[in-house]
Amino acid sequence: MTEELDAGLVAGRIAESDQMSEPSAEREMGRARRRKEDARLVTGRTMWTDNIQLPGMLYVAFLRSPMAHARITGVNVSAARSRPGVVAAYSGRDLAGEQGSLPCAWPVTEDIVIPDHPPMAVDEVRYPGEAVACVVATDRYRAADALEAIAVDYEPLDPVLDMTEALAEGAPKVHEAGNRAFTWKFAGGDIDAAFRDAPVVIDRTYVQQRLIPTAMEPRAVVATTDGDGFTLYSATQIPHVLRVMLAMTTGIPEHKLRVVAPDVGGGFGSKLQVTAEEVLALLLARRLGRPVKWTESRSEGNLTVHHGRDQLQRIAVAADRDGRIRGVRVELLADMGAYLMLVTPGVPLLGAFMYNGIYKMDAYDFTCTGVFTTKMPTDAYRGAGRPEATFAIERAVDELAHELGIDPVEVRRRNWITREEFPYTTIAGLTYDSGDYEAATEKALAMFGYDELRAEQADRRERRDPVQLGIGVSTYTEMCGLAPSRVLGSLSYGAGGWEHAAVRLLPTGKVEVVTGTSPHGQGHETAWSQIAADALGVPFEDVSVLHGDTSVAHRGMDTYGSRSLVVGGVAVLAACEKVKERARELAAHLMEASADDVEFDGGRFRVRGTDEGRTIQELALAAFAAHDLPGGFEPRLDAEATFDPDNFSFPHGTHLCAVEVDTETGRCAIRSYVAVDDVGSVVNPLIVEGQVHGGIAQGVGQALFEEAVHDADGNLVTTTMADYLIPSAADLPEFTTGRTETPATSNPLGVKGVGEAGTIASTPAVVNAITDALRPYGVRDVRMPCTPERIWRALAEAEAAVPGQAPATGPAPAAVPGFAPVPTHGSTPGAAPPPAPASEPIRGFVAPATSESAPEGGAR
Amino acid sequence: MPRITVSVDGVTYEEEVEPRLLLVHLLRDRLGKTGTPVGCDTGNCGACTVTLDGRSAKSCSVLAVQADGSEVVTVEGLARDGRWHPMQEAFHAEHALQCGYCTPGMLMAAIDLLRDDPDPSEEAVRRGLEGNLCRCTGYTNIVRAVRRAAAEMSRAPHERMPGAAEDREAAAS
Ligand code: FES
Ligand code: FES
Repeated sequence: MTEELDAGLVAGRIAESDQMSEPSAEREMGRARRRKEDARLVTGRTMWTDNIQLPGMLYVAFLRSPMAHARITGVNVSAARSRPGVVAAYSGRDLAGEQGSLPCAWPVTEDIVIPDHPPMAVDEVRYPGEAVACVVATDRYRAADALEAIAVDYEPLDPVLDMTEALAEGAPKVHEAGNRAFTWKFAGGDIDAAFRDAPVVIDRTYVQQRLIPTAMEPRAVVATTDGDGFTLYSATQIPHVLRVMLAMTTGIPEHKLRVVAPDVGGGFGSKLQVTAEEVLALLLARRLGRPVKWTESRSEGNLTVHHGRDQLQRIAVAADRDGRIRGVRVELLADMGAYLMLVTPGVPLLGAFMYNGIYKMDAYDFTCTGVFTTKMPTDAYRGAGRPEATFAIERAVDELAHELGIDPVEVRRRNWITREEFPYTTIAGLTYDSGDYEAATEKALAMFGYDELRAEQADRRERRDPVQLGIGVSTYTEMCGLAPSRVLGSLSYGAGGWEHAAVRLLPTGKVEVVTGTSPHGQGHETAWSQIAADALGVPFEDVSVLHGDTSVAHRGMDTYGSRSLVVGGVAVLAACEKVKERARELAAHLMEASADDVEFDGGRFRVRGTDEGRTIQELALAAFAAHDLPGGFEPRLDAEATFDPDNFSFPHGTHLCAVEVDTETGRCAIRSYVAVDDVGSVVNPLIVEGQVHGGIAQGVGQALFEEAVHDADGNLVTTTMADYLIPSAADLPEFTTGRTETPATSNPLGVKGVGEAGTIASTPAVVNAITDALRPYGVRDVRMPCTPERIWRALAEAEAAVPGQAPATGPAPAAVPGFAPVPTHGSTPGAAPPPAPASEPIRGFVAPATSESAPEGGAR
Repeated sequence: MPRITVSVDGVTYEEEVEPRLLLVHLLRDRLGKTGTPVGCDTGNCGACTVTLDGRSAKSCSVLAVQADGSEVVTVEGLARDGRWHPMQEAFHAEHALQCGYCTPGMLMAAIDLLRDDPDPSEEAVRRGLEGNLCRCTGYTNIVRAVRRAAAEMSRAPHERMPGAAEDREAAAS
């Protein structure tokens, strides 16, 4: 069956690609254009930062702390200076006077503690891998060699590894000011009323393990100066933001600093940063007057690229017995790591408005405390706050369904915002402009074969098949298109969320689009060409998209938060519209008509009701020649536009995952995965599908494979790709994707953004599936990543807690056909709570971990 | 310092190299063949994959001196007379790349995979490319691309790559 499906798909794709060279009479919007970017990427003619060679270039290597927390009592670099090929070597103290402090742009509360963050440690190291010295040499091997000649004396200090312990009285301190960075609260509705007398309360604690983003291109930086100005090439997502922040941090005036993001090999948030190495490379170029390059090794990167997630979530859901959600209460501990980097404290806030998901409820309460530990700082990683929120609510809603014996899809249906209710202002205060959860879910269920799989599951349970089938549901939404500037301001973010574009019609009629977005795999050169081609009526091939260099794309807010199309693509459209208006004015002048009588169609301006017309290309040449222009008309058909959205956009979708879990070995394999996403209108379906695929893979990575692990001394033990496992092709199934389309009403393209959707949706879908498979065995949760060992242990502990349960498990009378709730769970008010095997004890909140339902007469 | 002779994408180079120099650094830093990137330091990611005398090899796990007398083909040597290799075409057609950082290695590994199994199942492609990691695509389109290239190549076999083992054997006999 898969074979047939494949053949069909391939045939379809070949048919599509045969149309590749058709003329562009057809609309570009919605067309599966093959990417313009590919030509250089498939032939190796790329410009990765590490490819850049400049005359006289020197190579930098950093000596990094082997300890999580220590006082530096001495650094001696003099022996390194006399090593062959070494031009310079410096300690943190050598640079202390000029290195400044790395910036945090998101002080989320007034009393937030933002510690000084020297790019190179001076007195104290606070996470493993922190730079303590550097060597600059004539080639990369010599630079690395000389590191061993540097002597550093450390006085070990206690590591701070556990957030709960870190907050306890008398805990060792990461910084003098203590380990609490901030506490941020948000509330809507009367939460106490929602929980008072609630017939059902689901109260759970989930661990969002620490992740390492792992873009395939390691970070790299080249800094150079001509003695006056500086150019910094960096594998970054944010050349524009970086330039502003570096100007503020290093004292190099903004107009003397050009930042270039050449080809960048993936980011996923990890290159949304102002890094120590970028600052230090600039300082070294300034000191030495020569170009310097630093390229990280993967092991260095695992230590020192900012990490993601790392939250301890307690979520409580109060509901009626029919499954209607009354309220949600969330308490979060978020591991900041040792310092607050660019948006570190803001990441949990991006989730704060999403724990209510797609559901209606009366009350919501959110508290987050940011905690310092002696680990690498955390910061944005694909989804940034929203995957965490979606995981918690989607896991908890599944638990609610199970508790009540209602099918998990049905319990969602009873709570979600219906299609008639849009626009809908949620309990978290966001206005979801459009959506159709019914349509996406219906389509996903049909594509997945939900009923058949439920039947198979019942059969396997009945047969006590050692390989059990689990079905996981995740219905998500996300706020993206970051972001309305006024909202960012109200959340104390240090910048706006607009995006800029410039469009230039060249004399020969070709088009240059200059964008402030900074793609690193997203295909903006292709998609922006499609938008401009439609708007100006020019061929797709006639458009070039320029980006990623502050001296070319002079204004921008860059690429992250699923914002590029929703904000930057709309800015491109706006600039094209302005160009068109100028062209219309010129056309009217040349044809001696009034501009109101000139209509535009397919690249041609025509006087209404006549055959007289001018193509946009003719007008470009006429503007260039400037022989006959309207009075006051400047001789150019160019325009700039900036778009600042009024609202976020809210993609949504339904993801369904089927896993097979071997209850004897703990082995878990994804059998099928269906994703139906509604990302609004689509510019290029090929790119959208690719984003969804990649996003799902990353979310599956969190569910099954990935975790940054520290030992008891605080050393990171997952420093290589052999220890930190990202999924390979052999670990994943073919993803089946589909779409529904409810256009966003908040922008003229109707687009919603797609970069993070897959990652947000897939993690809970997979873990819900695993839990679903194991429920008959008394397992309520498996902590991520759900490795075979963890699954096996969870089964063993459940068995130990209720001996004899697993072998005796048959399906209990199902409340819904094909859906078997666990027989042993007491959901009757007042019933004794069942023993709750937690596969690993979760440190943190004192959660009533065993209580499924509120005792008689009221809950908490 | 040892002197080696190595052919890269059809050009012969004579170089003096430190014994510890990695092939990938010879390619990138000395010969300017920057089409082949580096993604890790433990031989896990496959971004650096080239073919060495016709078989795929991770050029970060080979010393330059070990390549003495060999023919290396990198992603830069795949196209012929301005025409892309069917695998390059297929990756483009199936949108099997996003950032493209894994792509050079993925292409070289996939071409080698088809040498052993000209008509691989989805499963075989997934297993065959296990040593090449991609963080962007989720692999679905990569698998489609490899199978598409296989179909294409069985219809119109592409000229062999320079340095393929059979060529050398044929030339010797
Ligand atoms: S660079 Fe990762 S395997 Fe060679
Ligand atoms: S396309 Fe980015 S790593 Fe594969």
